[in-house]
Amino acid sequence: MTDISTQVQPPVETPEKVRNQWWDVWEQFRSHKGAMAGLIFLIFITLFCMVGPVVWDVDPGKLDIRNKDVRPIYTAIWDGDAKTSWARPMGTDHLGRDIMANIMQGGRISLAVGWTAMVLAILIGTLVGVLSGYFRRLDWALMRFTDLVLSLPLLPLLLVMMLLFRDPLRAAFGPENGIFILIVFGIGITSWMQTARIVRGDVMALKEREFVLAARSIGTPPRRMITRHVLPNVLSPIMVSATLGLATAIITESALSFLGLGFPSDFPTWGKILFDSVDRMTAFPERVLWPGLAISLTVLAVNYIGDGLRDALDPRIRGL
Amino acid sequence: MLNYTIRRLVLSIPTLLFIALVIFLLLELAPGDPMGSMPLTIPDDVKQRMREALGLGEPWYTRFYLWLYQFFIVEPQYWIDGAFGTNFANGAQRIISFQSRSPVFDTIAERLPQTLWVVGMSYVVGVAIALPIGIISAYKQYSVFDQAGTFVSMIGFSVPPFFSGVLVIVIFSVQLGWLPSIYDTTHEVVDWQSFKYQLQQMIMPVMVLALQTTAQVSRYMRASMLDNLGQDYVRTARAKGMTESVVVMRHVLRNSMIPVVTVIALGIPSIFGGAIITEQVFKVNGLGQLLIIALQGNDIPMVMTITFLLAVLIVMMNLIADILYGVLDPRIRYD
Repeated sequence: MTDISTQVQPPVETPEKVRNQWWDVWEQFRSHKGAMAGLIFLIFITLFCMVGPVVWDVDPGKLDIRNKDVRPIYTAIWDGDAKTSWARPMGTDHLGRDIMANIMQGGRISLAVGWTAMVLAILIGTLVGVLSGYFRRLDWALMRFTDLVLSLPLLPLLLVMMLLFRDPLRAAFGPENGIFILIVFGIGITSWMQTARIVRGDVMALKEREFVLAARSIGTPPRRMITRHVLPNVLSPIMVSATLGLATAIITESALSFLGLGFPSDFPTWGKILFDSVDRMTAFPERVLWPGLAISLTVLAVNYIGDGLRDALDPRIRGL
Repeated sequence: MLNYTIRRLVLSIPTLLFIALVIFLLLELAPGDPMGSMPLTIPDDVKQRMREALGLGEPWYTRFYLWLYQFFIVEPQYWIDGAFGTNFANGAQRIISFQSRSPVFDTIAERLPQTLWVVGMSYVVGVAIALPIGIISAYKQYSVFDQAGTFVSMIGFSVPPFFSGVLVIVIFSVQLGWLPSIYDTTHEVVDWQSFKYQLQQMIMPVMVLALQTTAQVSRYMRASMLDNLGQDYVRTARAKGMTESVVVMRHVLRNSMIPVVTVIALGIPSIFGGAIITEQVFKVNGLGQLLIIALQGNDIPMVMTITFLLAVLIVMMNLIADILYGVLDPRIRYD
């Protein structure tokens, strides 16, 4: 493919062709191999978790003691005597629950927690950043507040929050929704600070630009100013920190589950499956491998996407 | 500079007080009850008296003030007494754990060495690996080594310690049987044999934690070196006929280290957070494990004290990073 494209002259572009900014970004993004691989993997793992259960309609919680401790199918390659079954391609756990169905179900929860927590963190971060960058009166107070939150020991506090508010929220919203709300809220309010700082810096720089002055001189009110002129221009740093936020949110959720303070045990997430499998990892290393690989590869993919986005969105380093 | 340092030190007092208040109120708001693990057969009025004996009958501001008083006045007095044989404390009430009924600081002092050994060693190892990687990656930008370095640091960012830890246990302890999977803190180094065992049991937790540090620091080192390599003074140095090693290792490296040193200082608190998870994986009975146990047992004074100590560490490291920046870079003036 590549050697053909180097020989053929690129077609001369017709000037009428509409080239909008986002198309440029996409073109640039596509040239970043790692980012494309990351995007493809993220789409794959999302489809695997979302559409997978439709195709592979095994109940992840169904106990099947007769078929417990089935090894994954590939074990048969080097160990013919191992207990394997084509009906259980990734094997089953000590209660006979299908591991593949659990990974799918766990991925749904992990990804849902990651996305919602990231959106929450980005919303808070952008709000604080724009307010403190745009309104000078709020700047001092908001930035001191951000500094204060940054000096809190966040992981211990998150653990404290998990442990202390678990039961009341469980009682109020049901066992699954309660924990979901708690984890999303906890991760959201402990990871908005970097976004706020970056957005604030960019907003302050934007405020000095001529187009903002022009907009102000025709009497644009602050609300319109922020939504029409400031926000679209700080979108790229927000998008980059959104990818970082997604990666940290997934890792934090798994860490909480791993410490036994996340979702209840009959409710799988990747971190929870990993935590439950650690006791038997001597005999069944694959059970830690699958959820761990799912977490690591998803986060790796998201990080590469963030890398590619940063390159694509920053015109100064474009083409390097 | 001295002025600035003093001002920052004074400013950090309200910050720390506020953090203490936040942690205290969070624990206060919580519905968890330290009596929750007591048998249900204890009558209510006895439970009430037990609660009062724990000091829970007082309003929150009294208890907050008492905790502050114990943390900042009584505990240092006990330290001084312990160190010099004086008697400042005069039997004053110390911060007592709900679970063990012993002073919180005694337990922390027992646990601290294990955590410091593992965490401190891993930080030193991580930085020692990261600096050369960063320097070479920047000097040979876009080379194979640089690509590999980028990939390794991406992995360091992406693979959480609870997976990398479990993975190395599966590989090196279970499959190969080279290293012990559990960190034995009672092990004492007396001769060569026991020293070798100590090394063996430390390799895995140290390397798992070091991977995170390496990933972060090597990225900063690389970026900082790249910034400086393009500067005019580098061209001048080369034009003067200096050897490449002097240009890179003396001129560029010294200037590039300025931001990196602050990053290293700022990273110390977060590695203690990472230790909470790593200690759980390798069963190290350090501070992180103590915190988890205290959390599960609703041991509020213990949780409060450990969390606050971590906050003190963060605030102090921020301060040290800022001051170091000013000391190392004479262009920075805090006035």
